[in-house]
Amino acid sequence: MIEIFTNNFVIFVLAMFVGFEVIAKVPPILHTPLMSGSNAISGITIVGAVVIAGLHRGAWSEILGFLAVTFAMINVVGGYRVTDRMLAMFRKK
Amino acid sequence: MNPDLFPFPLLGQVSATLPAVEEAARGTLQTLGINLAYLVSAALFITGLRKMSHPRTARGGNLLSALGMLIAIVVTLGSHEIVSYWTIGAGLIVGSTIGATLAIRVQMTAMPQMVGMLNGFGGLASATVAFAEFLRVYFDTQRDPRIDTLISIGLSALIGTVTFTGSVTAYGKLQGWKLKGTPISNPLMLPQHHLLSVVLLLVCIGLGTVTTMDYSQGLWAIILLLVIASVLGVMAVIPIGGADMPVVISLLNSYSGLAAMTTGFALDNYCLIISGALVGASGIILTKIMCTAMNRSLLNVVAGGFGQEITAAGATTAAAGKTVRQMDAEEAVMVLESAQKVFIVPGYGMAVAQAQHTVAELAELLAKKGADVRFGIHPVAGRMPGHMNVLLAEANVPYERLSDLELNSEMEQCDVAMIIGANDVVNPAARHDRSSPIYGMPIFDVDKARTVMVSKRSLNPGFAGIENELFYLPNTVMLFGDAKKMMSAIVSELKSH
Repeated sequence: MIEIFTNNFVIFVLAMFVGFEVIAKVPPILHTPLMSGSNAISGITIVGAVVIAGLHRGAWSEILGFLAVTFAMINVVGGYRVTDRMLAMFRKK
Repeated sequence: MNPDLFPFPLLGQVSATLPAVEEAARGTLQTLGINLAYLVSAALFITGLRKMSHPRTARGGNLLSALGMLIAIVVTLGSHEIVSYWTIGAGLIVGSTIGATLAIRVQMTAMPQMVGMLNGFGGLASATVAFAEFLRVYFDTQRDPRIDTLISIGLSALIGTVTFTGSVTAYGKLQGWKLKGTPISNPLMLPQHHLLSVVLLLVCIGLGTVTTMDYSQGLWAIILLLVIASVLGVMAVIPIGGADMPVVISLLNSYSGLAAMTTGFALDNYCLIISGALVGASGIILTKIMCTAMNRSLLNVVAGGFGQEITAAGATTAAAGKTVRQMDAEEAVMVLESAQKVFIVPGYGMAVAQAQHTVAELAELLAKKGADVRFGIHPVAGRMPGHMNVLLAEANVPYERLSDLELNSEMEQCDVAMIIGANDVVNPAARHDRSSPIYGMPIFDVDKARTVMVSKRSLNPGFAGIENELFYLPNTVMLFGDAKKMMSAIVSELKSH
């Protein structure tokens, strides 16, 4: 079963490299939208939350699933919406 | 599915390990489809972040990223593990409504708190998923979870919870919450604070080990872990002073990504791993930029205790042996009118006074009169990375006018350097005074400009608590008073000329 962990780990390390390459190019004036935008991406945990909420295994899965989906969705919708609001303000002369 | 026959071995093996496979062919195909769609999502996230490298393309990039998220969510709804949609639907509706309301209502000046809070929700969601995932293996006696899955669950619970309570603490500091009359934005420390934090962290690791060793007996341990991690999150942020908030917000940003990433390890979901790693990387880069901009190590910032907020009104007369020149709005306008090159350096004081619109109006007026007006924005100005840029963008300042420390190369040709609510980032002591706590910090060399105008309430030192020799230089004039009132006075004076 070590192969699965290895796969996960390889993906993780490569993704970190991609992240460093891509994000190092973001200029300081966009640092706040970068943060809120990347934060919205961390809401990807919604994927795990949705599965839990759909399991239907008893009270624990319903309650935790509902909470997890709600929290993740606040993160996702709030994050993208507020980033869009900020980026709309940046204009040229 | 035989992984050897599958052209993408990595994907093949990941999908083959999802609990789905017990249900053979139908499930396998579905899993493959879901995994490929996740790959599309991850590619959209990366493309979206790439487009963040220019203000012109950034908005489109954000939309691409949002599209990636939408695809990931919709596709997950098709997972064969899902048997009921009621709870999902309820969570989606409630969460979206709360998220959208927060995002639409928030004031631009409150953006640091908003970003902090969103980080917190991300961490809380990851911790909740991790806990639920633990209960899943705990209640399901058929499954024998791998050890790395259990370790990942523990890590995700720990990081996610620390992110959440740490973010709530940061929110409180930025929002100006008070504890027994003292603003909690001041560094607060318990006796033996750091030792206690380290002990709590070790206890968390110990509890994580207990859950990993024997998960069937580990329910109490993971619950205790969640409780102690909550305390740890507060303890990690509470000693850090308001002026160091840009580092804290960046770090929490990174943690929220790492929490999602560890959840990905727990679920063997590579979409979570990739996305979490991207966010983790972004937070780490920002944290590094912030620390470099203050010439301090991350450890030094995180240890806290740096800077006290001064609330009492300060003196406007200089101490013995020092002279301070003052000007009123009318005199300032006379100098400004003949200036060819004007650099404006804003700081947190501008945000507090909500003066960004007036400052933008002043810049516009001077530019119309033919002056070259630019803003010098220090990486750590304000309470989060890019704080000043957002405020000025809100006030319709075109981004071509926003510059960073590069402005120093033209400082000697600058006629007027106008400092509004900034202090430590223009303190020349950073260049030459080895005993100063800000020694070595890159600053704007505004003292090299022909005239330096400092809009400030009083001669109070900055957040780092250091006296600023800039105020006593012969080419410096002080414009005492509230930044917004002073700028309005200058604007109306300029208009009447």
